[in-house]
Amino acid sequence: MNQLLDPLLIVALALNFVTLGVSRIRGVINAVALQGILLGILPLFVHQDLGFRVILLVGVTIGLKGFVIPRFLVHALREATIQEEVKPLVNFMGSLLLGAVGTGLGIVFSYTLPLAEQHTNSLVVPASLSTVWAGFLMLTTRKRAIMQVLGYLLLENGIFMFGLLLLEATPFLVEIGILLDLFTGVFVMGIIIHHINREFGSTSTEHLTELKG
Amino acid sequence: METIFHDAVHVLLALGLPPLLLGLIAKTKALFAGRVGPSVLQPYYDLIKLVQKGSVFSTTTTWVFRAGPVVALVTAGIAVLLIPLADATAPLSFTGDFVLLAYLLGLGRFFTASAALDTGSPFEGMGAAREVTFACLAEPAFFLGMLVLAKLSGSLQLADMLGSSLASHWSADGESLVLVLLSWFIILLAENSRIPFDDPNTHLELTMIHEVMVLDHSGPAYGMILYGAALKLFVFGALVVRLAFPMTGGSPWLDWPIFVGGMLVVAVAIGVVESIMARLRLTHVPILLVAACLLSGFGIILLVR
Amino acid sequence: MTLALILVPLVAAALVFAVPANRWRPWLMPVASLGHSILVVFALQGPPVRALGGWLVLDPLGKIFLGFVSVLFFICSIYTARYLNLGHERPNRIFCVCFLLSLSMMTLVILSHHLGLMWVGMEATTLAMAPNIYFYHTPRSLEATWKYLLICSVGIAMALFGLFFLAYATLHTSLEPTLLLDDLVQHAPELSHPWLRAAFVLVLVGFGTKMGLAPMHTWLPDAHGEAPAPVSAMLSGALLPCAFLAILRVFHICNAAGEGAFSREIMVVLGLFSMAIGAIFMTGQRDLKRLLAYSSVEHMGILVFGIGIGGLAVFGALLHVLNNGLTKVALFLSAGNIQSAYGSRSTEDVSGAIRGLPITGTLFLAGFFAITGSPPFGPFLSEFTIVNAALGSDQFLAGALFLLLLAIVFIGMGSTIIPVVQGDPPEAAAQPGFRDGFLTSAPILVSLALVLLLGVYIPPPLESLLREAAALLEVKR
Repeated sequence: MNQLLDPLLIVALALNFVTLGVSRIRGVINAVALQGILLGILPLFVHQDLGFRVILLVGVTIGLKGFVIPRFLVHALREATIQEEVKPLVNFMGSLLLGAVGTGLGIVFSYTLPLAEQHTNSLVVPASLSTVWAGFLMLTTRKRAIMQVLGYLLLENGIFMFGLLLLEATPFLVEIGILLDLFTGVFVMGIIIHHINREFGSTSTEHLTELKG
Repeated sequence: METIFHDAVHVLLALGLPPLLLGLIAKTKALFAGRVGPSVLQPYYDLIKLVQKGSVFSTTTTWVFRAGPVVALVTAGIAVLLIPLADATAPLSFTGDFVLLAYLLGLGRFFTASAALDTGSPFEGMGAAREVTFACLAEPAFFLGMLVLAKLSGSLQLADMLGSSLASHWSADGESLVLVLLSWFIILLAENSRIPFDDPNTHLELTMIHEVMVLDHSGPAYGMILYGAALKLFVFGALVVRLAFPMTGGSPWLDWPIFVGGMLVVAVAIGVVESIMARLRLTHVPILLVAACLLSGFGIILLVR
Repeated sequence: MTLALILVPLVAAALVFAVPANRWRPWLMPVASLGHSILVVFALQGPPVRALGGWLVLDPLGKIFLGFVSVLFFICSIYTARYLNLGHERPNRIFCVCFLLSLSMMTLVILSHHLGLMWVGMEATTLAMAPNIYFYHTPRSLEATWKYLLICSVGIAMALFGLFFLAYATLHTSLEPTLLLDDLVQHAPELSHPWLRAAFVLVLVGFGTKMGLAPMHTWLPDAHGEAPAPVSAMLSGALLPCAFLAILRVFHICNAAGEGAFSREIMVVLGLFSMAIGAIFMTGQRDLKRLLAYSSVEHMGILVFGIGIGGLAVFGALLHVLNNGLTKVALFLSAGNIQSAYGSRSTEDVSGAIRGLPITGTLFLAGFFAITGSPPFGPFLSEFTIVNAALGSDQFLAGALFLLLLAIVFIGMGSTIIPVVQGDPPEAAAQPGFRDGFLTSAPILVSLALVLLLGVYIPPPLESLLREAAALLEVKR
């Protein structure tokens, strides 16, 4: 594993906490976008041979995760004319601490799984578990629909981190397929958010509580 | 002989440089804003001016009010003697001196807050409450960072923790040290009441934290407070600089300029941060401090895994 | 050939998009579906198909699911075309496109032997169905769509995580990390067990969300309740079993690796839990379609339970996929008719369906008996097989719980459906213009007839196919 990999993963980890602690939605979008760009660059440090395939994957990942999807979310945000998250189910301080606990547990858990020699002592598994956990937290405790979508993006970032780094042989087609699915998913979610805003005049999911039982 | 010379340089630098740092921060902010700004030596002129003025003391205050600035200055002064500057030795050094460092600064803060409470003014009480709360949250981050350094160097003496071996630790455990560095930079901003924790240039008392505590001081007492604050900035800045640039070139002619250069860089960095960020909402400040604690905490976890 | 199976609906979707007339557009769907079914018939009879270097393979398990999905889609598409034309001036372009797209993606899921490609297909089916749930543009359907989209996407993301774990389990073998099913099964004994277990749990939770297993089922009642009837029918009848297939593929690998016992225990517990949740929420349920949705939860639990018991129960579970799918289609389409006639899904407004809509009412009642496991219908046979296997392999507690829950379901469901079907129609006139038509009842009749057939006589080709598939999943004990 390249020496530069671990510091980059630490920055990605730190970005998790930024997304958990910040209340301005624009800030969270920027953090997730930055993490996406970081994720896109990571393969350059992992794969021994930088073929055309890797370069293309890097480009597509950075383009989609770092620019296209965030740009789309900002557009959705502007339409909904909101700036901040309403009081979430778990307040920001609690989210930060829960995220820290989850990260710690992730680091502990990564020791129980046997890893290939080149992967032991690397931060890949803890970082990906931590990002998945942070995404989960955001999904379940935030009330604004866009924040839930951002939580989903964070979750996908974590999973992608794992796949990107540990599976040097993941077929190109599948990775592109995953990215495309992600993009389409966010696109459809954005459209639904637009409809929610039109219907209820607000994008807080507190309005979406009618169906029960 | 060597040590006396070395200590003399240490003391002179520690006493003379701090106001320059304040001036540099102000200059950086001015340049960012497109202004020319005050001269870099302005704080020196301010101090000289204040010393020549007379003091006015309110009739509601007691000896605590007069003691506050003095204790703040003295504790900061002693603290400066504890930290190793350029070549990893300090005039005062013994095992566990980092605890003394933290609590000297704490003592100074205690007396400043008490002096503020002594005036009986609600503004100052409010500022004191805020300041003390944030200090509570900032302290764990400081100690966790110290823990990382202690684990790496295997000693509890500041001179060893921030000594020349740090350079080799950077290549081996760089990630932990980066996290500690980030965490300490945030603590520096917090303890010295810089943006994003507190705006040193605000005029609205309800938004102040540190300035409002010293609102009622005047003349030489105010000068002591200003100088004490500068010394505190120097202490934290020196910690950050030693952590970031731990090399010892071997020759004093190389080390001291590097150190001074590092201090100036830190001052400019503070100025830049102050220029590009806005002050955080009061309820969000604890989140940033907890984040600093978490950064240091993860520094430790990365070390022991 | 295999590519054609996937591409035909896609091309049809593109065509449908281009057709401007709202009235005639829906009729393209049965045509496309017919074409798809013809291709499927050829594929089933011909030699084993492999395409794209082993990425797309039609194995026995796939054959069952493919034939079943194709038949189901054909039945539904006829009903849908009529349904869309009946007094609904809604623009149905997106609906038709997404409907055909979901068929294409489901075919992809069934055919792929590369788990990553299968995942892409699964996610695509989720996204394709979402606009259809929102077809009526009401606030409640919006809420249902949002929940569906978010919960299913998260579930499928967890499944991806599990698939990555699975690929990483090859780390100690000579294999490069791969997601090709055949390679994984071949090298299964060498796979790393901790990773394999973690992978199975994640995949079960992830695809289980899409399948509707409790406790991840929370999107199901809402989505089924608010979506148009044919969409609910396809969801329950075809999409949920596709998710089941995905779980089965990973189970296949675990079984081959020797982790069968571990996987089975989890599946039995989860299956019973789903059945229990279904049973609990069915009692006192006032919304017809939500009732059917919880019935789906229960039957998905039965499927997983059957695989978990093992032995002959696997055959029973696979048979139950067919039975449940066909019955659900019948039930949902009848519910759709009832809703169109009475203007409401709630049991407070609907009663005496047998008098108001004679054919639909009778078929609905028959469907109720079928789905709760009464002979001579198909589900009775499959459920009986499962219980038999459970009791025969000394899993008495599981078998007993299974029977108990089935009984509770019968009572709960009956208490809702019987009043709907019997009794007097309400004084308020039914929606004018809706009577039992040929095209709205024939599909239901056909599916119920098939269910009856399967309960009485399983054609030998089908039986041997089912046995082959069951044998695949029984590599080791």
